[in-house]
Amino acid sequence: MKVLVPVKRVIDYNVKVRVKADGSGVDLANVKMSMNPFDEIAVEEAIRLKEAGTAEEVIVVSIGVKQAQETLRTGLAMGADRAILVTATDDVHNDIEPLTVAKILAKVIEEEEPGLVICGKQAIDNDLNATGQMLAALTGWAQATNANSLEIDGDHATVAREVDGGLQTIKVKLPAIVTTDLRLNEPRYASLPNIMKAKKKPLEEKTPEDYGVDAAPRLEVVKTSEPPERAAGEMVGSVDELVTKLKDKGVV
Amino acid sequence: MAVLLLAEINDGTLSLDATSKAVTAAKDLGDVTLLAVGASAKAAAEEAAKIEGVAKVLVAEDDLYGHRLAEPVAALIVSLAGDYDHIAAPATTDAKNILPRVAALLDVMVLTDVTGVVDADTFERPIYAGNAVQTVKSKDAKKVLTIRTSTFDAAGEQSAAPVEDVAKADDPALSEWVKDKVAESDRPELTSAGIVVSGGRGVGSEENFAIVEKLADKLGAAVGASRAAVDSGFAPNDWQVGQTGKVVAPDLYIAVGISGAIQHLAGMKDSKVIVAINKDEEAPIFQVADYGLVGDLFDVVPELTEKL
Ligand SMILES: Cc1cc2nc3c(=O)[nH]c(=O)nc-3n(C[C@H](O)[C@H](O)[C@H](O)COP(=O)(O)OP(=O)(O)OC[C@H]3O[C@@H](n4cnc5c(N)ncnc54)[C@H](O)[C@@H]3O)c2cc1C
Ligand SMILES: Nc1ncnc2c1ncn2[C@@H]1O[C@H](COP(=O)(O)O)[C@@H](O)[C@H]1O
Repeated sequence: MKVLVPVKRVIDYNVKVRVKADGSGVDLANVKMSMNPFDEIAVEEAIRLKEAGTAEEVIVVSIGVKQAQETLRTGLAMGADRAILVTATDDVHNDIEPLTVAKILAKVIEEEEPGLVICGKQAIDNDLNATGQMLAALTGWAQATNANSLEIDGDHATVAREVDGGLQTIKVKLPAIVTTDLRLNEPRYASLPNIMKAKKKPLEEKTPEDYGVDAAPRLEVVKTSEPPERAAGEMVGSVDELVTKLKDKGVV
Repeated sequence: MAVLLLAEINDGTLSLDATSKAVTAAKDLGDVTLLAVGASAKAAAEEAAKIEGVAKVLVAEDDLYGHRLAEPVAALIVSLAGDYDHIAAPATTDAKNILPRVAALLDVMVLTDVTGVVDADTFERPIYAGNAVQTVKSKDAKKVLTIRTSTFDAAGEQSAAPVEDVAKADDPALSEWVKDKVAESDRPELTSAGIVVSGGRGVGSEENFAIVEKLADKLGAAVGASRAAVDSGFAPNDWQVGQTGKVVAPDLYIAVGISGAIQHLAGMKDSKVIVAINKDEEAPIFQVADYGLVGDLFDVVPELTEKL
């Protein structure tokens, strides 16, 4: 079985985001970019399936600017076998919408015929949490989002999902789309020798046109603004003082 | 303009808070038809019919919908979609699972975690862990959106709107439910509680979490946790508050042994009053706290529990 892992290049989760003064977006020039953390978990899970003999090949795919090559190389250094880069824009500020991403991925799936796709549950830049579900719709496959654990047996996968009430375990027919939650695994770091090896692994370059997908966005960003700021608070010196303040506020 | 709004129903029980807050957001868009789905959904539908602003309730009651699996529920919504301009739901894990699938089946984009309705095509939603707010205008013929309930007030009551049955849709037969692991609790539900007490890595262990829980019980509060506390096994996953967990905005939020990473702040910074208890005076949580207390939580929290 082949496993396909879509990986997104996003602002590093440690970077403090700055909204541009003219309201046109968030400043992404010269900031540290990394693989979306949920996608690292997805790559890790795919590699573990390969190590367990369940998967034969792990393919990482990224859609966006050509710099997403670095993200793919990270996936290759972790242990993926090959990569596909779909260059859909040359502007780092242009976020490709999940519907477009899913349409391109659906075409990649037609060509590659993977038995399983593992996405992140959410990109930490747009916070949409949509691509995996959309891809499942377009392929007509089952979906198992927010995976906390994943087991493959034959033509089914059993997935425990992190949901509002706790954990829900479902069994889905393969091929299927799984999206990762934080507790699925702890992704490995790529070792230096593996980083060197990754440079020689195949990376195929494509465009949305190659797949016949119209990448025109459906949503127009009217403006991007700062969230409302909280008024400055105060430090209290003791539990008694805290209790008094909370009583005065009427919250306890 | 007409809105189809998926009611939040679990095992036959309506989540009145989430559904009612979503109705508040949706009623500006047009007449709201609620969709009640489940193996048992009638009673929940009757209850939901009394939410102010609901014009009609559709009930799809069938074993097929027992566990709100994404594929059958999405197929049902798509079968009804023709009559509506907007398809919406409260942004729960169930709806976040289902609505993007609906959107793609309709060939439209999805707008998740909407915090503001500007007009029928234009919506506000937080991005980058709430560090920016984006206003987006949809060019799609139909809009599919999930609504972040913490930013809307609950709707009032009305005399019951009509309730009608709808036919079930085809079963895609792609997935089946195996089991649920749900912790029974007498505490209020995290996303609708008036007070939330959350613990972080500083709490140190699952046993020590009892300190946090005692304070919560004294206040009649819900208990939350940071990702670090969940990852370390101190607390269950459904207690996680944050960018990729639950979003809460109670009247009072008490953060205990939590440093205040942006991913955590994303889930609680709209709380009305924030209290932070942390032994590190430099902890970033103090920057959003209304009242900060520097101290060892193992001293401070029991003392606070006693004195409240
Ligand atoms: C993709 C992604 C998604 C994430 N999503 C979330 C999310 O949804 N929610 C979330 O919370 N985090 C999330 N995080 C994690 C986040 O970045 C932080 O790592 C996490 O919030 C830290 O948890 P913490 O504050 O409990 O732990 P720490 O940062 O380790 O802080 C522990 C605090 O406890 C204090 N402390 C220790 N002992 C005591 C004591 N005895 N008395 C008083 N204070 C004490 C310390 O001074 C410290 O400030 C996410 C991260 C990533 C990468
Ligand atoms: N441009 C992209 N390229 C590759 N994968 C993506 C892209 N956008 C989203 N994904 C995948 O879809 C997941 C969810 O993203 P989103 O729906 O944008 O929150 C991510 O974790 C990735 O696995």
